[in-house]
Amino acid sequence: MADTKPVQFTDAAMALVQKIIKRYPEGRQKSALLPVLHIAQAEFGGWLSTETMDYVAGILNIKPIEVYEVASFYTMYNLQPVGKCVLEVCRTGPCWLRGSDDIIQYLEQKLGIKEGETTADGMFTLKTVECLASCGSAPMMQVGNHYIENLSVEKMDEVLNKLKETHNVPSPDYGSPYPVTPGK
Amino acid sequence: MGRKLLLKDIDVPGIRSFEVYRKQGGYASVEKALKTMTPDAVMEEVKKSGLRGRGGAGFPTGMKWSFLDRKSDKPRYLICNADESEPGTFKDRYLMEYIPHALIEGMIVSSYALGAKASYIYMRGEFRWIFPILEKAIEEARAAGFIGKNILGTDYSLEVYVHSGAGAYICGEETAQIESLEGKRGNPRNKPPFPAVVGLYNCPTVVNNVESIAAVPPIINIGGDEYAKIGVGKSTGTKLISASGHINKPGVYEIELGLPVEEFLYSDEYCGGIWKGRKLKAVIPGGSSVPILPGDLFLKNAKGEPRVMSYESLADGGFASGSMLGSGGFIVMDETACIVRNLWTFARFYHHESCGQCSPCREGTGWMEKVLHRIETGHGKMSDIDLLVDVAKKIEGNTICPLGDAAAWPVASAIRHFREEFEYHIKYPEKVKDPKHFEKEPFVSERNAVVAA
Ligand SMILES: Cc1cc2nc3c(=O)[nH]c(=O)nc-3n(C[C@H](O)[C@H](O)[C@H](O)COP(=O)(O)O)c2cc1C
Ligand code: SF4
Ligand code: FES
Repeated sequence: MADTKPVQFTDAAMALVQKIIKRYPEGRQKSALLPVLHIAQAEFGGWLSTETMDYVAGILNIKPIEVYEVASFYTMYNLQPVGKCVLEVCRTGPCWLRGSDDIIQYLEQKLGIKEGETTADGMFTLKTVECLASCGSAPMMQVGNHYIENLSVEKMDEVLNKLKETHNVPSPDYGSPYPVTPGK
Repeated sequence: MGRKLLLKDIDVPGIRSFEVYRKQGGYASVEKALKTMTPDAVMEEVKKSGLRGRGGAGFPTGMKWSFLDRKSDKPRYLICNADESEPGTFKDRYLMEYIPHALIEGMIVSSYALGAKASYIYMRGEFRWIFPILEKAIEEARAAGFIGKNILGTDYSLEVYVHSGAGAYICGEETAQIESLEGKRGNPRNKPPFPAVVGLYNCPTVVNNVESIAAVPPIINIGGDEYAKIGVGKSTGTKLISASGHINKPGVYEIELGLPVEEFLYSDEYCGGIWKGRKLKAVIPGGSSVPILPGDLFLKNAKGEPRVMSYESLADGGFASGSMLGSGGFIVMDETACIVRNLWTFARFYHHESCGQCSPCREGTGWMEKVLHRIETGHGKMSDIDLLVDVAKKIEGNTICPLGDAAAWPVASAIRHFREEFEYHIKYPEKVKDPKHFEKEPFVSERNAVVAA
């Protein structure tokens, strides 16, 4: 988690950050803020601490407040620590029509937590989210870089067991649109 | 089978790669445009095609391009809107995921027509796994000389970049998207000035939907006039429809505009009819923001004429008895669906996604969510129904961006067509306390049959 790792990008992550900054005109490096926050979140434990945000502000040469106000606006940034595996279940109309309520209810019971909470072992965080553009394969949830679609209550145990295996060792996969390590 | 322009090669193995895409005739439009046409000539073809923006508003693409300020000496930008967050819509994702080169090819030709030297694809951040797919496609196109300096030996140079959002529906609105691309919160800007004059980095900018941009290569290949022959009236060409809800075959379908709605809903080539042998109750034909229609009014307009899938036909009857094609997010509900509960999920969505700048939208969406929740859970009063109508009216037309209207229309239309169902929730609080109330016992109108054959 973030507090065990110094807030300092690896060389590979920093190289990617510099490459992304170059995509925007000179003096417009602030444009790279959303992408760089995604990388920072994936690198530093799946959430954005104040320390992390200040670090990003320094890299982009902008004021920390410019980072805070952006980080708090967009739902993909976690401002609190999360479990190793974040289950984001879609609950908007089209998913609800195909049974998303049952999936959420099942997960709450099975994991013994409410939406927004993390299991005591730090393994799972349960979130509900709005339409993920997967309504044709509803109900569904996002986990890291993946969509798990056409869910059913019957399939949930198997899904959870698989997730436990893949996210436990050696390191959790929080997902990022800009993977520092390809294939992760 | 209707004609396919965007998805014709979707089943060709390996179509995601440049090599296969090229073998199928891909990138021909770039060669044709850059080597034999002026940028203005490309724009003329798009104008002639009658292509209308596929992001939801249906504004003619060629006309939008002609508004771009070409007199200023500032750089011009093209932004591809790949934010796709309107509930019920998932067609852009499908296109980008499976035929990424169709979008990249469109980006090159469109950027050429607009004189853009750098173009951005603004994609919603949740599509994390599609970023590497698009970036690979860009690199392949570059390696083949279609992107970069002096494309195909001409003096046109272009860079295309993928940029990620981070979870905010409002960033699909074009001026919010520009703010977001500048690294800020996604607060829509007041218009005017329009992005065509003052857009990204205060430079002239065009924002177009993924599907609009992907439609440009076929238009250049076959010619605008030929494209305009497909479809019906002012609804030209083909359209991707995202079909979801209570149907046998949810998915993305490319249709020729003008296809009878009945065929789209019931034929096995498309939605395959209502699932579980149930009856049709209602359809939201163009994404969560457009008015809902009861089954019978969806199949036939108020004059009893069968509707077709076109901008005009779905809108026939105005707000009294029509809807809109919108983004093509086609949501179907069977007889067990609860209109109030579905609407409540939408109200919650709009409240959650309001950027909070205008008080009618910020406060109004919150009110609607709260009142709908209490009606749905059996705690409503009869006066709540008119309260909802009133709040929706106060939002409509009184906000900076169209999200306010988008939140108000579904509420107004649901009450217009399904008022009796709202009343039922208030009359029988005990029955609706079970969230699955209509699944156990479908709602039957006491006044008239709501359900179509
Ligand atoms: C709240 C809101 C959300 C929108 N979301 C999207 C979207 O996700 N994708 C999109 O292409 N257009 C969206 N639009 C429409 C855009 O503002 C813009 O009209 C469109 O991208 C223009 O492209 P087109 O002319 O090619 O359709 C949205 C509009 C509003 C008001
Ligand atoms: S209408 Fe709503 S979303 Fe649009 S600018 Fe106003 S508050 Fe923001
Ligand atoms: S409503 Fe769940 S993905 Fe669209």
